[in-house]
Amino acid sequence: MTAEIRTSDGELLSVKLKKVERRRRTTAFLLAAPLLFFIVFAYVIPIFQMLGRSIDNAEMNSFLTETHEVMQTWDGSEMPGEDVTSTFYYELKTAVENKYHGKIATRLNYEKGGFTSLIKKTSRKLKNFDENANFLDQFIDVHKKWGDIEYWQALKRGTDAYHFRKYLTTFDYEQKFDGSIERIPEKLRINVTLWLRTIFVAVGVTFCCFILAYPISHLLSVLPTRYSNLLMICVLLPFWTSLLVRTSSWMVLLQKQGVLNDTLVSLGFVADESRLELMYNMTGTFIAMTQILLPFMVLPLYSVMKTISPSLMRAATSMGATPFHAFRKIYFPLTYAGISAGSILVFVLAIGYYITPALVGGAKGILISNRIAYHMQQSLDWSLATAMATVLLIAVLVVYWLYNKIVGIDNMRLG
Amino acid sequence: MALPKYTEMRYRVWHYSYLVICTAVFVFLIAPLFVIIPLSFNAEQYIHFSDGMLALQPEAFSLRWYEDMIYGTKNPWGIAARNSVYYAFFSTIGATVLGTIAALGLSSRYMPYKQLIMSVLISPMIIPLIISGSAIFFSLAKLGLAATFPGIVIAHIILGTPFVVITVTATLSGFDDSITRAASSLGSTPTNTFFKITLPLITPGIISGALFAFVTSFDEIVVILFVAGGDRNLTTIPLQMWTGLREQLSPTIMAVATCLIVLSTLILIVTELLRRRSERIRGISAQ
Repeated sequence: MTAEIRTSDGELLSVKLKKVERRRRTTAFLLAAPLLFFIVFAYVIPIFQMLGRSIDNAEMNSFLTETHEVMQTWDGSEMPGEDVTSTFYYELKTAVENKYHGKIATRLNYEKGGFTSLIKKTSRKLKNFDENANFLDQFIDVHKKWGDIEYWQALKRGTDAYHFRKYLTTFDYEQKFDGSIERIPEKLRINVTLWLRTIFVAVGVTFCCFILAYPISHLLSVLPTRYSNLLMICVLLPFWTSLLVRTSSWMVLLQKQGVLNDTLVSLGFVADESRLELMYNMTGTFIAMTQILLPFMVLPLYSVMKTISPSLMRAATSMGATPFHAFRKIYFPLTYAGISAGSILVFVLAIGYYITPALVGGAKGILISNRIAYHMQQSLDWSLATAMATVLLIAVLVVYWLYNKIVGIDNMRLG
Repeated sequence: MALPKYTEMRYRVWHYSYLVICTAVFVFLIAPLFVIIPLSFNAEQYIHFSDGMLALQPEAFSLRWYEDMIYGTKNPWGIAARNSVYYAFFSTIGATVLGTIAALGLSSRYMPYKQLIMSVLISPMIIPLIISGSAIFFSLAKLGLAATFPGIVIAHIILGTPFVVITVTATLSGFDDSITRAASSLGSTPTNTFFKITLPLITPGIISGALFAFVTSFDEIVVILFVAGGDRNLTTIPLQMWTGLREQLSPTIMAVATCLIVLSTLILIVTELLRRRSERIRGISAQ
């Protein structure tokens, strides 16, 4: 029998300890709570709301609710009956009266080209309709496109409350009106190219950063502190310098009339009329991104290499290993943590890069982020933009999760 | 890095080529920055090294682009600089206060769901800026804060907090709890202990986190592209540079870039001093 230990105020020690622990847990949580709530409400929830736009079509659905309901009984194999056309007529009339038919036209135009002019013309002629005659015939009289069953099928599809078609578009597929899924015509395929290019650039830049960062991190870690501190400036100054400054310096260097080409011409390596095309293509994006992201690889590698004792390599060589063998068997495996931390950091940053490709990349060097920005700001196809953003986000979160598994978020260090 | 006398020839060759490779990488890292500086003093309006500059003739250099930067009417660099500093100042305060308090909770041994909460707090640093930018824009627009001063500050606080959380947690991970326990046993109240003992010790971490937050806000371009909504009165230095670079690479931009390089050099010096101070406080000698 163990004696019950009590504290001075007569409580059981185990109970008291639990109480103290609970209080400490609450205190710790309350400290983190303000930031947590701020980030969740101002950032995490807005992201989910925005991503919801990729499948959300509630607005269109609310504009044409009844048409949509009536159309559920229409199987789409032959021209719609009077129940559909009359409901659509009345709802479109309400839309014109309340001036939201423009929005309907824009949204339907994403489903099928030609809807903008079709809805606009029909809206203008709506007042001439005879509400006792056949509506379908009158629609066709206004615009012959109404005689094409695909426009009615598009109308049915376009008024669903939600849909997943933008995810097909993200990978250059489309759903035909009969429900089959096909790749879009070859000359329109752009998204898959961009995804592949983005992955290629992200992997390539990560690899180049690794190749370039490894030797200099090693040098920094073995040099005496007074030299390595000096050389560290070469890594830290770019790290602290504005992204736009570094991008503009690459523009100065890589332009056709830029410093690099000028130097090559004056040295006679390149003829004046055949200056190298270093910018507005993949080469430019690749070089600039490698230099900009290099410090993110050097810093984690350096902090790992700094902890490796030089006596390990000496021990290996003293036991007969060649320097190469000792490096491969002893040193390199010890740097895995740094390599994975740096690679994942660089990869995550590279896959979402926007500014540098937009300025240095031209049409041939842009990445998926630029396409998302284009759909957000110019084509205003927000559903497509957010569908692409969702795919990108999932890719990044998978890598982030891996990072957490391998490196642990607590071990993230900066500078 | 001197080699021992008995080193074989092939390892000697390898060693020197290794040094050459390292030099090349360091040049690759730093040279692009130094190309900009002389070009900003160019007397001509083309961005290349003129023959006069290469011959170091004094008349080939001038300060006209700096004059244009300060007095030029076409480029609102003045407003941009003022806005940039304001946004960075207020968002740094917000991010540092929120981030430091959160880091204090996160480094407690008793913190529940530590991994999960940490991942959420760090997410603004990991999620591509284009996604952050549009999401923040939509939510600010709903609140009527898009293209307003508070809206931009909120956006920058979100982006800055992960850096503060990371640096302060890192500082606290090396923190010796027995110091605070000693203070309590000597009769200090928890508040007093925090302000007299804990805070002075983690100050270097807080300052370097604040610097990160400041630089993040000061250099931020993607989110502000969405949130500022093209309002000229809300423009910042990066936004002006972005607009300028998209139109034409002008020498004035080189002048602005040179000023920014000077600024980042100052930041680098401050962080280095902080690092040394932090090492000294913890009893690690700064060789």
